[in-house]
Amino acid sequence: MAVPTIVRERTPQLIVLAVILALNAVISPGFFSIEIQNDRLYGSLIDVLNRGAPVTLLAIGMTLVIATKGIDLSVGAVMAIVGAVAASLITSGYSLPATLAGALFVGLVCGLWNGALVALLDIQPIIATLILMVAGRGIAQLITEGVILTFNDKPELIFVGSGSFLSLPMPVIIWIVIAILAILVVRRSALGLLIEAIGINRRASTLSGVNSRVILLAVYAVSGLCAAVAGVIAAADIKGADANNAGLWLEMDAILAVVIGGTSLLGGRFSLVGSLMGAMIIQSLNTGILLAGFPPEFNLIIKAAIILIILIVQSPASQTAMANFRANRQTVAVKTESREHAAR
Amino acid sequence: MANAQPLLSVRGVSKAFLGVSALENVDFTLQAGEVHALLGENGAGKSTLIKIITGAYRRDEGEVLLEGTPIYPRDVVDAQKLGIGTVYQEVNLLTNLTVAENLFLGRQPKRFGLTDVREMNRRSRAILDTYGLHIDVTAPLANFSVAIQQVVAIARAVDISGKVLVLDEPTASLDAHEVEMLFAVVRQLRARGMGIIFISHFLDQVYEIADTITVLRNGRLIDTVPVAGLDRLKLVSMMLGRQLESDIKRTIDPDTPKSEPLVSLRGLGKRGNVDPLDLDIRQGEVVGIAGLLGSGRTETAQLVFGIERADSGTISVAGTPVAMTSPRKAIAQGFAFCPEDRKTDGIVGDLSVRENIIFALQAQRGWMRPLSRSEQEALADRYISALDIRTSDREKPIKFLSGGNQQKVLLARWLATNPRFLILDEPTRGIDVGAHAEIIRLIIDLCERGMALLVISSELGELVGYSSRIIVLRDRKMVSELTGDEISTDHIMKAIASHGATGEAA
Repeated sequence: MAVPTIVRERTPQLIVLAVILALNAVISPGFFSIEIQNDRLYGSLIDVLNRGAPVTLLAIGMTLVIATKGIDLSVGAVMAIVGAVAASLITSGYSLPATLAGALFVGLVCGLWNGALVALLDIQPIIATLILMVAGRGIAQLITEGVILTFNDKPELIFVGSGSFLSLPMPVIIWIVIAILAILVVRRSALGLLIEAIGINRRASTLSGVNSRVILLAVYAVSGLCAAVAGVIAAADIKGADANNAGLWLEMDAILAVVIGGTSLLGGRFSLVGSLMGAMIIQSLNTGILLAGFPPEFNLIIKAAIILIILIVQSPASQTAMANFRANRQTVAVKTESREHAAR
Repeated sequence: MANAQPLLSVRGVSKAFLGVSALENVDFTLQAGEVHALLGENGAGKSTLIKIITGAYRRDEGEVLLEGTPIYPRDVVDAQKLGIGTVYQEVNLLTNLTVAENLFLGRQPKRFGLTDVREMNRRSRAILDTYGLHIDVTAPLANFSVAIQQVVAIARAVDISGKVLVLDEPTASLDAHEVEMLFAVVRQLRARGMGIIFISHFLDQVYEIADTITVLRNGRLIDTVPVAGLDRLKLVSMMLGRQLESDIKRTIDPDTPKSEPLVSLRGLGKRGNVDPLDLDIRQGEVVGIAGLLGSGRTETAQLVFGIERADSGTISVAGTPVAMTSPRKAIAQGFAFCPEDRKTDGIVGDLSVRENIIFALQAQRGWMRPLSRSEQEALADRYISALDIRTSDREKPIKFLSGGNQQKVLLARWLATNPRFLILDEPTRGIDVGAHAEIIRLIIDLCERGMALLVISSELGELVGYSSRIIVLRDRKMVSELTGDEISTDHIMKAIASHGATGEAA
């Protein structure tokens, strides 16, 4: 019973996703084919799910932050920091659990830093997180001492990025598990309601006894954690930490995924499922552009143009126009029907 | 005087917002060389009238004549050009620019296409000299006190407009000495033949400076009268809309044994907000707070509920002192607070009626212990029927409900937390007559069931009706505490109108 509601609420995103996947199939005929090699699924669709892992993870945290009327620009930089931390821990001989714990801890600290600036010092979120966005890559470079820190000889960490489990690539398993966890925690507890309330009217929420500061701190911490997981995956994928390019511009993709998913930047009502679809839409676009074999210099422009079209279709103005159009057609239909009725 | 053509004449002006009338058929006449005070409580229509005169709003009906000619100012700048200037409480000048730049912003004297700074400074000095203000016009405005900034703002408005000057609560943030300085300027402008519209909540100042008073209430003109010989009590009753009459009172059995106070305030105050005051509130008692706007009523409630922190005094709950540092602390003590400004402080607009009703209870339980959907629906349905909340659906966003129904939802939100002490700030403002009566009945009912209530209201008749005791605030001080037979609108108005040292309640 719950599934149809989700489908109904997210119809625009589903349509867009379907259209883009169909276009991909036109461009590259084998797009939907999936095959099993060495006990592992291969195919463009699996690739979309796999490559989309970092943006999907960032979008989960970003959704919660945006729901509180905030924004987290630092997630791309946090990915770089965490990638550097993971690479330097594993190359200094720490075990995989210790490395992962250290990486997640650093992501948590980054998130709490942002949260403290926003919740305790009341700095505007865009400025507060800009600080870490700018400083983050510098910090990452300090950790890697200016080089690309590789760990080709550490299969256990590489497994996180390119291994597979139950025939699915690890990154896909990780983001799906985290997404399900996030949705369960947010919707089965009262957290979702309190987050939305803070985004809609923080003052009224505080006056009603909501611990707004703690909740704000928490959403930024979650965003930091999600960025940390994304950072580990990105590093494991290339078997190294690249302080300059890991997660570069991904904060923008994450924000876009949230917006395409139907959560307003003004805060309030949010949909994690919508954001996940948004992330998949963006990744399908990226994959499609690559498959189409356009000269790479066109990639960003094509992406921007398609996103513009999506946002125009979703804009309140065109939604109203669509509703009017539908209403008109209905009245016309009713009129024809009644005329036919009269004729009979 | 009939021969003199009025400087500004407003005739039969009406204005409605989304079908709600804000101003109905109001007349207002300003003579040259007159200080005309415009009085009324919140929502009386003062600011709507001013905004129509100064071009910020367009009138729906009626006409505005300036020196006999009908005017239709398109915006504030247009009104300024016609001769109508405004100075607001919060000086809206640019404090990082110099005094001279502020005086000539947007109309700087030019030479070869560039600002002629020397000419601008010279003219600025000349202008300020006429006000007896000899200051360095090349210094940033921020270097000067609010009073001087206020005079600069007036000088600018007069220099641009020069016929009508609107002063919207210009003295709200000034001390007594600065008010005198400002009034000297106002008197000088009056002598020059300007017409000045003066808005203030401080009656003493109105009596000191104004020649004529116009009182508005609920968007209607009550009367325009000369200040000379106007009885203060009569003025207050015009503003509040109560005649000196016998009131309908709740019968309180005087033999009820006095229990220990549930909440007691000792010397509770915050500098610039409320002077220290003592107050006890017992269970089964409604304590009313009366006073004009700006008298410190809301500020007192905010101190008690931990929204603002007191800088003196203590709050004890059932005999134990409590540090009221946040609303959460207050709620943990069983306090609840329905704020005056429902829109910004109360409702969470996009959330449904159900979510708004369970909101405070859920916040109190914490995020880990969610109320199940069925519990939420049961709570919401219970309060929707108990308080007769008119909504088509409990899932409707609260922002689509009428003011009265929003207020009932907020009451439901707090009643759901089962509080022992409920603070209501203007619970019946801006709501329809039916909901009004229901809320008053609810207050009495809650009190009889043993809750302690603190109610702030401008509706004195109402307050007298349900309060066991009433305290009166004036100029951020508690000036009177009325008990038993003293509780009457008559006594409240006398306490509000009394002036000079600590007022005696008749």
